Amino acid sequence: MSKWNLIVDVAECHNCNNCFIATKDEYVGNEIKGYSAPQPLHGHKWINILTKERGQHPMVDTTYVPTMCNHCDDAPCVKAGGGAVEKRPDGIVIINPHKAVGRHDIVESCPYGAIWWNEELSLPQAWTFDAHLLDRGWKEPRCVQSCPTGALRAVKVSDEDMAALIAQESLEPIRPDLATRPRVHYKNLHRFTKVFLAGEVLGSKGGVNDCLAGARVSLNFGETQIAACETDAFGEFRIDGLGQDLGGCRVEISHDGYSGETVTIQIKGDSVVIGTIVLKGNP
Amino acid sequence: MIFSLVLFCLAPALKFYSRRSPKLRALIGAKNFVAQIQVKDGSRSRWYRFDGGRLESGAGLHDSPDVVVKFKTPKLGVQVLLHLCSGMFHPVYPLLRPFLNPLTVLNAAKNFGFEVQGDDEYSLHFTDLMNAMLTHHWRQGTPVGDGETRYVNQTNGGPVFVYVKDEKIVRMTPMDFDTNDAPAWTIRARGQVLTPPHKSTLSPHGLASKSLVYSSKRLLYPMKRVDFDPDGERNPQNRGKSGYERISWDEALDLASNEIKRVNRQHGHGAILNSHSSHHTWGNIGYYLSANIRFMNAIGYTKMVLNPDSWEGFYWGAAHHYGYSMRMGAAEPYGQIEDCLKEADQIVYWASDPETTCGSYSAFEGTVRRQWAKKLGIKSIHIDPYRNETATWLGGKWIPIIPGTGPALAHAIAYVWITEDLYDKEFVENRSTGFEKYAAYVLGDEDGEPKTPEWQEPETGVKAHVARALAREWGSKKTYLSCGGKGVCFGGANRSATGIQWARAMVCLMAMQGLGRPGVNFGNLSVGAPLDMQFYFPGYADGGISGDMEGTADAVQNYQRMPHMISMNTSTQKIPRLRIPEAILDGETHGYPTDPKSLEGQFMRFGYPAPGHSKIRMMYKYGGSHFGTTMESNRLAKAYQSDGLEFVLNQSIWDEGEAKFADLILPACTNFERTDIGEWASSGGYGHHNFNQLNHRVITLQHKCIEPLGESKSDFQIFLELSQRMGLSAYFGEAKTEIQWCRDQFLSSDVAKRISWKKFMKKGYYVVPPEENEANRAPTSMRWFYEGRKKDVPEPSPLPAEYGEKYLEGLQTQSGKFEFEPSSLKRFGQDPDRPPINRYIPAWEGRQTKELLHKYPLQLITPHPRFSFHTLGDGKDSVINDIQDHRVLIDGHYYWIARINPIEARRRGIRHHDPVRLYNDRGSVICAAVLTERLMEGVVHSFESSAEYQPVGEPGESPDIGGCVNVLTPKRHMTEKTSASAPNSCLIEIERFSLEELAS
Repeated sequence: MSKWNLIVDVAECHNCNNCFIATKDEYVGNEIKGYSAPQPLHGHKWINILTKERGQHPMVDTTYVPTMCNHCDDAPCVKAGGGAVEKRPDGIVIINPHKAVGRHDIVESCPYGAIWWNEELSLPQAWTFDAHLLDRGWKEPRCVQSCPTGALRAVKVSDEDMAALIAQESLEPIRPDLATRPRVHYKNLHRFTKVFLAGEVLGSKGGVNDCLAGARVSLNFGETQIAACETDAFGEFRIDGLGQDLGGCRVEISHDGYSGETVTIQIKGDSVVIGTIVLKGNP
Repeated sequence: MIFSLVLFCLAPALKFYSRRSPKLRALIGAKNFVAQIQVKDGSRSRWYRFDGGRLESGAGLHDSPDVVVKFKTPKLGVQVLLHLCSGMFHPVYPLLRPFLNPLTVLNAAKNFGFEVQGDDEYSLHFTDLMNAMLTHHWRQGTPVGDGETRYVNQTNGGPVFVYVKDEKIVRMTPMDFDTNDAPAWTIRARGQVLTPPHKSTLSPHGLASKSLVYSSKRLLYPMKRVDFDPDGERNPQNRGKSGYERISWDEALDLASNEIKRVNRQHGHGAILNSHSSHHTWGNIGYYLSANIRFMNAIGYTKMVLNPDSWEGFYWGAAHHYGYSMRMGAAEPYGQIEDCLKEADQIVYWASDPETTCGSYSAFEGTVRRQWAKKLGIKSIHIDPYRNETATWLGGKWIPIIPGTGPALAHAIAYVWITEDLYDKEFVENRSTGFEKYAAYVLGDEDGEPKTPEWQEPETGVKAHVARALAREWGSKKTYLSCGGKGVCFGGANRSATGIQWARAMVCLMAMQGLGRPGVNFGNLSVGAPLDMQFYFPGYADGGISGDMEGTADAVQNYQRMPHMISMNTSTQKIPRLRIPEAILDGETHGYPTDPKSLEGQFMRFGYPAPGHSKIRMMYKYGGSHFGTTMESNRLAKAYQSDGLEFVLNQSIWDEGEAKFADLILPACTNFERTDIGEWASSGGYGHHNFNQLNHRVITLQHKCIEPLGESKSDFQIFLELSQRMGLSAYFGEAKTEIQWCRDQFLSSDVAKRISWKKFMKKGYYVVPPEENEANRAPTSMRWFYEGRKKDVPEPSPLPAEYGEKYLEGLQTQSGKFEFEPSSLKRFGQDPDRPPINRYIPAWEGRQTKELLHKYPLQLITPHPRFSFHTLGDGKDSVINDIQDHRVLIDGHYYWIARINPIEARRRGIRHHDPVRLYNDRGSVICAAVLTERLMEGVVHSFESSAEYQPVGEPGESPDIGGCVNVLTPKRHMTEKTSASAPNSCLIEIERFSLEELAS
């Protein structure tokens, strides 16, 4: 039995919001019998793009994480719904627009905050994976169709094939701790969940500082090297994918013909930008 | 004999088809009148009496016909009538076409070979009735099941499929092409075969169109300001404050036409100003350069001169070095995609954020190519005060720079190249002039100040070592320069006080690198796709139905292909768009023209009022609001309240910004509620081959998807009905409806050779096959110049006289070479702020204006917006407002966003999403703060062109909560002798704002 899954590559999302708008366009003002009542014009974000800014000026990056109903296989809303929320054989979770009237508890059951309360209709609502379109033969939901970067992909495969794809592309759920077996899988999520270390290395020769390319940077925890890289043409280096609470580390920077430098840092919660390190040229 | 037969058949035909067409039936019943068609001498004639839905006809002359059509000869009558009827015979049209020469009809009309007598009310109705018969069987759209019909339309940000059920738009999507549609092009680069997806992309504002159609801010009825009385008190001082009352279309059109007549009689030539926006809808018929100009030319008007507001620095500056005046100083857009992907090592994005500004109208077509570039290892460097979306997405080195100081960094780059021998000496020697003088300036030989990386550091905020590394990287690698969002032009940096200097510096740097060398060119993969450049379809500036020979490119191509009546404005008075307030308030102003045919056209100062002309007394405003795009916007509010302006008419779709200042509002419908025709991103004369940003050329019949909402009407229809009141309806409409004009546009194009009108009308689009034979693809821009050959890219400019010696040899400059010291600026010699050698002159408002900086310590930059386009998409209660990076909802109001660095915010006690007041001596705007490390200290970033202008008190005097940040920007031109706008040179202060202050 093949089932629907959504793959979100957060490295490719550039926040154009087409997924958000397309989903608004599909549901605002449209009653889709058996699938969804109309979404209110304002307020709901069935696709909700989270923003994560890491680092400090000017070494900063921004990651956009489109979130939506995860269509979980162990969906708390299905459990809470008592028949008002249906898990379809193709994996899609639908909040029944008739049976769920007045059920604010269904909103609260979702640990991801992906269910929205329609005040006017007294109804919990979420992104239906555009099941009505897929049932009519559409090949993908509208958020995927309108995505210009390919950051969103919809795949209909067996659970076994999906497991292989998850391993192959290193996909992760957005909140593994919740263990609800979501059908929305994220790629490059380290940009959202991990931190980086970055800095700029200059070489000083003849009284002039210049960007130093090819300097070796080693990040060490105790005696263990955690990661290493080289600086680029602008003397910049960047080590990504570090745990948020790595604690005290040592950054060793060296380059042939220059004195080495060691900097001690604390990685605690946020990305670390160590600023400018000047290596003195050997006479 | 044939003439009499045709006349005889007309009545039975009308009866027959009225049984099939409810619309025709309704028209037959709508008015009681007698129409007569005859030969002038009366020898052959037939009358048709319409009475209570019944139709009678008889041979001979009627006693009192209401409308009479007279032909000089029976033969001419047959030719004209058969031509008009030709749409009915589309299966056999190709056979009939040789006998149905449209020129015969046109010549007869121009020379009064036939004439229409009687009241326009009846002649227009008779025409409508005939057209309803002729087109009753024309079908649009494709049924797709579930009761839905799929229509096609076009937006400013891409074509759309429009799904309609029960007369209601269900959804709009980008297009997935089918197997019958032409495939995409392919490029081979570095061992990869690269083909874009077989679909179209769509901008956010295009995708939000349904919410704009059904917006609660739609104007659905004609409305009159409650305290405006054309025969008594007009109360101009209340414009922008008073409410409106609903009136009927008859009242509205009578009022409008009476005012047009009165103003022209009372004040004389030039008293009516036509102020219009550029892009509130898409389509070749209902466009400002089409139906609008055709009508305005018919009544005579003072023309509003558009400054090239996205091109400023390139037009007034860069063009003098290398030509391209016809492209407003932008570079040739050919072949760069293939060349860049094959050859380039890196792209320098300077004031360039293509993922935000989307080329021009081209949605995310370049996005996939930038993904290819990244995968192929082409590096990116980004120079921008803000780490923009392209930089964030592609990654690469970000060099933040103090706004307005780019030219200083550029001179330092040139300094490194000269002193470290990192430039193309052969190119400079053989293809340029004046380099020694520029080099002397850069090296400091001229002024004793070498323009070193250290020299530029305090100006630009870019560390000397970064500037040096940038110069070395650039000088030693094959580099594409993306200056501005389109890669070949645009960019916030070219709209600042130093914009001319910056654009000049950009082309000078590229000349030093050997512009046109493989891998060395302008671009960011947005332009230069290998499409078919010869396949003809009229772009929006090719005049549409305007017949205008002066302000559009009608004369260049389409007039020959689609014979139609020419039109001409008889008034020569003009006003620069950004000086409309001065024209009204001070009664005089002046400007410099946007005249692209030569490099010198821009030097021709013009004054207002023009000699012997009336000052403007009436404004006919058409389209979107200007507040959001007018520097020192409060000026416009004050101008509107002037009693010199006797009458203001606003023909608008939405109740936004400027509509609130009108005396009379005429509600127009969107292009989803009328029929139009147009090609995606095709500007015609405004940007030759502008469509070559696309992965597929998509030509659409813009279907009428639903009936106009409320009582709104199409712009064409409004102009037609006004024309009727001035006896101009035959002149304006040429007896054609919008769809018939669409058909004429279709027939004038090469699409008619590929697909029948019937199929095109139903399917709604045609994808032009790309240039398959690689030998026929447009060559790479400037390669011809680099290699010293004749120009070989397919553009008709410069015009022949612009080549100094032999046609197609050399550039448009006087020397035919790249001129580091432009001859045109030397000859002009009157603009001290545009010296022939591009010296660095600090901005007249910025970090160097210490006194003002002390008072207002933050630089405001106002780039083009990401989620809206001009004022389209923003405000109007659209879903765009809900995008968290577009506006922020606080206490029930959607506030425009002002971005600020957290350090600056902390200094002022501002937290994320706090309401803040941005202010300077020009006014204040309340926004929502967004704190971001992506912005350097000392700078506030807030997009320009909000649709809303909402002063909380007296318009022009009180804080704006609409997000109209141009309230704060200076009206001053870049230099004294240009009309170049410079909004990105602006100092402000920002403070936390308590919304309670608004209530008090």
